[in-house]
Amino acid sequence: RLAATANPKYFLSDKPTSYKDVTSYNNFYEFGTDKTDPARNAHTLKIRPWTVSVEGLVNKPKVWDIDNLIKLAPLEERVYRLRCVEGWSMVIPWIGYSLANLIKAAEPQGSAKYVEFISLADPKQMPGVNNRVLDWPYTEGLRLDEAMNDLTLLTFGLYGEILPKQNGAPVRLVVPWKYGFKSAKSIVKIRITDKEPATSWKVSAPYEYGFYSNVNPAVNHPRWSQATERRIGAEGGIFAPKIKTLPFNGYAEQVAHLYKDMDLRKFF
Amino acid sequence: MNLVIIGLGLLPLLRLVILGYQDDLTANPIEFITRSTGTWALVFLCITLSITPLRKISGWSNLIKYRRTCGLMVFFYACIHFSIWFWLDHDWSITEMLRDVVKRPFITMGFSAFVLLIPLALTSNRWAVQQLKRSWSKLHRLVYVIAVLVILHYFWHKSGKNDFQTVSIYAFVIGSLLLYRLKK
Repeated sequence: RLAATANPKYFLSDKPTSYKDVTSYNNFYEFGTDKTDPARNAHTLKIRPWTVSVEGLVNKPKVWDIDNLIKLAPLEERVYRLRCVEGWSMVIPWIGYSLANLIKAAEPQGSAKYVEFISLADPKQMPGVNNRVLDWPYTEGLRLDEAMNDLTLLTFGLYGEILPKQNGAPVRLVVPWKYGFKSAKSIVKIRITDKEPATSWKVSAPYEYGFYSNVNPAVNHPRWSQATERRIGAEGGIFAPKIKTLPFNGYAEQVAHLYKDMDLRKFF
Repeated sequence: MNLVIIGLGLLPLLRLVILGYQDDLTANPIEFITRSTGTWALVFLCITLSITPLRKISGWSNLIKYRRTCGLMVFFYACIHFSIWFWLDHDWSITEMLRDVVKRPFITMGFSAFVLLIPLALTSNRWAVQQLKRSWSKLHRLVYVIAVLVILHYFWHKSGKNDFQTVSIYAFVIGSLLLYRLKK
């Protein structure tokens, strides 16, 4: 178990998605492209020893041992909505602390503008890496102010437990106002840069996936609408109606100001 | 024998019903049912298209008697596949559905394939065969167009994820079956 204090600021009245669904329906291509592959294949991932290197334009670069990283700040439980770009969503009680804690500890230099997150890509532990679905390692990124936003959670657990391997153990990101793929899993490197990182999905299909990828019901994916979503495990089973997708996945109050002068159709 | 084919052909549906009863259709049952019925429609399409080549290679001319049943299984699973999408994704709204057909190329392909299947299913009875005479065979050559559309539908669906493994296998099977006819 992983002890954490519930943060009342990030509580949702929506019913959380069941532990079973959260841990058996995953997109984690390093373990296969099928939603059920990660739960089946991720047991080969070795989560100790594990280090996370924080480097780039910082005054205090450091290679963190995962057990020290967990202790950097008090662990909080936060219930967040997760919206996948494919049109489904979940509600998950995560455990972690604001990524800002780690970034502040590294002391970014004045020229720092972006944060790049690099996931593990070890074909010995991750069978899916042999499949060239994406350019491995999986790379994600945020603008520095996005990464510093209190919502951005460096995550070590869910449902009171340490992160299951299929959910991105031992440490992942959760960025609840962006589509799920922005929340990198099994992170080994965090690099502070002055250039927009080349993120995996944008490199793979630039017309379909942008750097920002904020949840936005008004901007359709080129091949489907993003106006509604299907809540996994919703009351009513398969007959449950789809629900309306909220701008910034319902977190507009906390994050809309980050984009106030931007055309979000262009910077999708 | 045709009853045996129907019985076997209904097993995938039975499996879905049992899984549904056990609440075991994964976290996203609609996606699971949609994909499963789509896959089975494609499998039966491969079987249907392989009957003529098999008949010629094996010399077992009786095989032709089972082609209609296989073809109707394609239509059966395609109907479920289509209805789930029409119902649960578009709530029986024809305008919403058509908007989706225009917007998403992979839906355009799948939808066209389904529409083209309808006349084939309707004219699969003996009366229609007799009425249509030679034009019946011409009409039923549409199945080749359908096969290509179905592969495009599947291929396009997977393209967003660059995940072409499974669809390539089906494309190879369908491609071989169509090539066999071209060679004749």
